[in-house]
Amino acid sequence: MVSKALEIRNLEYAYPDGTRALKGVSMDVFEGESVGVIGPNGAGKSTLLLHLNGILRSKNGEIRVMDMHMEDGNLQKIRRKVGLVFQDPDDQLFSPTVFDDVAFGPLNLGLSREEVEERVAKALEQVNMPGYEGRSPHHLSFGEKKRVSIATVLSIQPEILVLDEPTSNIDPGTRRGLIELLNGFEITKIIASHDIEMIAELCDRVFLLYDGKIIKNGDVGEILTDAELLESHKLEPPIMVRLFRGAGYSNAPLKLGEGIRKIKHNIY
Amino acid sequence: MKHDFIDKYAELDTVIHRLDPRVKIVSFISFVFFVIFTSPSEFLNFLFYFILIFNVILISKVPLKFVFKRSLVIIPFVLFVAIFIPFFKQGEVAGSYSFGSLHLTLSYTGLIILWNVLVKSWLSVFGMLLLASTTKFPRLLKGFEKLKMPELMVMVLSFFYRYVFVLMDEAMRMKRARDSRSFGGCRVRQTRSIGNIIATLFVRAYERGERVYAAMVSRGFSGRIETLGESGVGRLDLCFLVLFMSCLVVIKLGILW
Repeated sequence: MVSKALEIRNLEYAYPDGTRALKGVSMDVFEGESVGVIGPNGAGKSTLLLHLNGILRSKNGEIRVMDMHMEDGNLQKIRRKVGLVFQDPDDQLFSPTVFDDVAFGPLNLGLSREEVEERVAKALEQVNMPGYEGRSPHHLSFGEKKRVSIATVLSIQPEILVLDEPTSNIDPGTRRGLIELLNGFEITKIIASHDIEMIAELCDRVFLLYDGKIIKNGDVGEILTDAELLESHKLEPPIMVRLFRGAGYSNAPLKLGEGIRKIKHNIY
Repeated sequence: MKHDFIDKYAELDTVIHRLDPRVKIVSFISFVFFVIFTSPSEFLNFLFYFILIFNVILISKVPLKFVFKRSLVIIPFVLFVAIFIPFFKQGEVAGSYSFGSLHLTLSYTGLIILWNVLVKSWLSVFGMLLLASTTKFPRLLKGFEKLKMPELMVMVLSFFYRYVFVLMDEAMRMKRARDSRSFGGCRVRQTRSIGNIIATLFVRAYERGERVYAAMVSRGFSGRIETLGESGVGRLDLCFLVLFMSCLVVIKLGILW
């Protein structure tokens, strides 16, 4: 049996001003899985992600990461396992050079000079940005900043990669490259977004978060084809699903290739 | 939006650029101190200091026009502070002017003080400009760090370098959004909107600070910034340091004349 990478039970969180952002969230993520957390703006996606490595702590509810209970003693260990990529790369990249930023995590792990340099080189290689070490983050394009942001987390070699809206604010070409990049990573992924098309491509399983509660979770094919469910929660199914449903097919495909095959098969 | 580099021309590759940042920091800050502790009447010394720094600029290949233009930035500030001194200082009268009931007297000592302030600030700015335009900012920070500047200060400077443009962009965007919605209107209202922009900028910067801190903590930050040691001071660095410092001392002691 595959072991659990993450286990959350009845997590509740209220911001200091009293806003209840999470109202009893439970979820399980297994090792090697790619999981999507979808929901409209303000559903609590980012708040949930901030709990995964203990940036936000809640007294109500329980979080276990790789069989470690979320508590002060485990915090640093958990943060090594969970790599969190923030939505705005200008938050993620805070150092004067790309090298310093990617090396920040490994240096905090207390690695030697050689190991740090090796990890930086490898992480930049993984996001297709080798040779950018000496550049300043504020002179990079937005897409480049996104890639470097991911590298800053990969250099810690986490076991769970957590991404908050990885495809927001980028052009279609860059977005495509990023999806391909993420698809190539074998580690456990948790992606929060309302970019349904991207979730359809990248995730195996989806949690629908709405108003601080998990409304439903299930296989990506099950959730993303449920037009009624999605539309009643300020989302909508991928264009492929809408196309096939509109044309009167009962089981709509999620992936582009599958759809093309279906059309060719039926029409010609 | 595209901004000028703070460390424009630091990308060049000359002997001066390659020097260890510590050597440059020590050399150029010493230069400033030597200039400051020169008596205002030692005109020849100032000339030699100028020749010295001028030669280093030539070697560094940083365009002279750029350095001179930038160095002039300081003049208005100095003038603003020091321009009145010659009129108020008691002493030998250099000239007097009357504008109606207003009677102005220029004194020699006052003029000397004005000259003193002007030439020293101008030369010092040369030294600092040379430091900034021959060293990339991140390396400069590393240099300061190794010279045992308090960690907190280095951190603040490094965040400044990273976020000054981000904040400038944010302010610029808000200004544009305001301009595209403000048609005429009286001055008072426009001024008030500037106040709003500043306040919003402050709040946003504060919130960004929180997020940046979260990003740092996520990657194992625990209050200390760890850095890699850079390679040590080489022979070339020592040569430059010794040469530059001896030039300063020679000028100071007036051995040449």
